[in-house]
Amino acid sequence: MPDAAPIAVAMSGGVDSSTVAALLVRQGHKIVGMTMQLWNQRRLPELVPENAGHGRCCSLDDVYDARRVAEQVGIPYYVVNFEQQFEEQVVKPFVAEYLAGRTPVPCTLCNNYIKFDRFLEMADAVGAHFIATGHYARVRYDEASGRYQLLRARDNSKDQTYFLFGLTQKQLARTLFPLGEMVKPEVRELAREMDLAVAEKDDSQEICFVPNGDYAAFLNAYLKDKGVEPQSTRGEIVTIDGRTLGEHQGIHHFTVGQRKGLGIAAREPLYVISTDPRTQRVVVGGNDDLLCSRFFARQVNWISIAGVDAPVRAQVKIRNKHAAAPATLHPAGDPGSVEVVFDEPQRAVTPGQGAVFCDGDLVLGGGWIG
Amino acid sequence: MQHFYFDHNATTPVAPEVLETMVSCLGQVYGNASSIHHFGQAAKQKLEAARRQVAALIHASPTEVVFTSGGTEADNLAVFGVVRASGRSQAHVIVSAIEHPAVLASAAQLEREGAAVTHLPVGPNGTVDPEQVRRALRPETVLISVMHANNELGVVEPIAEIARIAHEAGVTMHSDGVQAAGKIAIDVDSLGVDLYSMSGHKLYAPKGVGALYVRKGTKLAPTAFGGHHERDRRPGTENVPGIVALGAACELAGSTLAAESERLAGLRDRFESSVLGRISGTGVNGGRANRTPNTSNVYFDGVDGEAMVIALDLRGFAVSTGSACSSGAITPSHVLTALGLSADRARSSLRFSLGRSTTAEQVDALVDALEASVAHLRRISVHA
Repeated sequence: MPDAAPIAVAMSGGVDSSTVAALLVRQGHKIVGMTMQLWNQRRLPELVPENAGHGRCCSLDDVYDARRVAEQVGIPYYVVNFEQQFEEQVVKPFVAEYLAGRTPVPCTLCNNYIKFDRFLEMADAVGAHFIATGHYARVRYDEASGRYQLLRARDNSKDQTYFLFGLTQKQLARTLFPLGEMVKPEVRELAREMDLAVAEKDDSQEICFVPNGDYAAFLNAYLKDKGVEPQSTRGEIVTIDGRTLGEHQGIHHFTVGQRKGLGIAAREPLYVISTDPRTQRVVVGGNDDLLCSRFFARQVNWISIAGVDAPVRAQVKIRNKHAAAPATLHPAGDPGSVEVVFDEPQRAVTPGQGAVFCDGDLVLGGGWIG
Repeated sequence: MQHFYFDHNATTPVAPEVLETMVSCLGQVYGNASSIHHFGQAAKQKLEAARRQVAALIHASPTEVVFTSGGTEADNLAVFGVVRASGRSQAHVIVSAIEHPAVLASAAQLEREGAAVTHLPVGPNGTVDPEQVRRALRPETVLISVMHANNELGVVEPIAEIARIAHEAGVTMHSDGVQAAGKIAIDVDSLGVDLYSMSGHKLYAPKGVGALYVRKGTKLAPTAFGGHHERDRRPGTENVPGIVALGAACELAGSTLAAESERLAGLRDRFESSVLGRISGTGVNGGRANRTPNTSNVYFDGVDGEAMVIALDLRGFAVSTGSACSSGAITPSHVLTALGLSADRARSSLRFSLGRSTTAEQVDALVDALEASVAHLRRISVHA
């Protein structure tokens, strides 16, 4: 292998990963920059607005920006194509989950199977031992437990650990998150100071392959592209006690806790309480009906601890923007599951979302809400 | 770190002699070759001298050479020009499955416009069977386009036989000679082609210039419209410095062809016997007998070609997974799959294309790097 092993930096063309690359170069590391081409934005042209530009993954503009930063900081740079893996392991499960009436988290799947798996393999292939990304999170090795621990980022508003709960010990051992100890304004300042062309670029929003966050439009366009006539999931909108209030155009238009788009006039605000793919019913109710005090988390991945064999106290986050709530984790028979019992009932526990267990800044692990 | 270039089929460096000729033309001969005055005449002289040089390389008459912006434009002009000149609304075109996208995409566009296209398969050695061409002919066939040498494999197609079949049926024969010109001897008469495409930057001239040979009497409709340049075949003020460079490059190629072919074939054979002898699970894609002397396409079982290109680049060796135009594509090479290779084997294949600057030392160093990279990649894929 060439002299010292390089660090492979996943460069999206955004300010965070660009700053990571520049920072590591400044610290004297040998770097290889790579951009993962994950999704062809031109594939579903009806979804792409005319003025499409920054802020979405894999647009030609983003590759242009990443390449420009690589050139500026003087590192070898490559675009690697993982479109096929991305479609199989992220897009297809995303579509299947929505059609099954659940609300998936594609970013977690992308981290598990693409960014910290396929990319790590590519890093291996080019002789890099470590990978570095622009995620806001921290990793540290704990001598006492012999485990790599995942910690929430110093910048609470930017923390991305919710999407990283699936990382294995093997993956964490080889991952660097250079921005974990920084707050976003510091990152921007650093980018400006290093004169990076992307220093003022907007943060990316939403799910990279779904323009404008319109999942239903994406689903329709994707299924049409695949030549699949979307199975009709039209059905009734009913109350918890079984009264029919109206009809809907497909359960994939609804997610638990949703208030807008029901098309029903009512005295009290109505929310989606659940969707049932079997009967294709959307159940609605008042805000209090959304409250839930316990649920099972499946396919649990333990990070900072090896597991639970007795009840353990934790703060549990049930969606990215949820303020973690105090709860007790109960072992649930099989080692891949735990029952989460909140101290206070929480609003909109949504099937398909992740549940991440923390102890302060320490991420204990996480699983999928069943 | 030193970087060695093994991607001459993607493009070549401009030869020093060519560069000198071009720069001097660029600096001094600025007239418009269509102008009547002294300045125009000086440019016209340069243009026509270059036309003679290009014609000489392929044994054509200078009046049969049309300058273009490159190989892609030459291919487009040939394919669209013949079909449009035929006046048929239901024309049929025959192309090989392993053509360059400049021909394949042109044919696809004709299909959208109502023409019928037959894609001829190739055998495991990469050549078209002339009998298949005969069987593909239809009364409405107007054009057969089969490349002279393939860009990914170097395999040389039986153009003379195919052209004979074409002419027996009264069909026009085009051959994309972009990867053959400057590498093997070309005689458009013994090949029997009516149209033949060339590209400057594949033979040590700069990008942005090429030529289409158009046999006298061939019906060809223009695809761009403007002035009366290039005998009404291709309008636009001539790129005289580029054309002069192409002429100089053709003359240089002609004078060094025999010796350089032999030298490159020797290096390629040295490369292949070392790779096949030292690295297990490898083999040459396509037939080895009748190839351009500089091209070698090799599979390395169990190795991801895309990763290998990056790993080799980081060690200072520039190679490619196939044609430069399709790198980064998710689908495996259409050329390799046409040979019957599995998608896995196609993805584990690399193209090495040698050139004037390649030395035996570079080849040996490349084989060392390949051996180490393949061992590394196979080791990690076992653990993965």
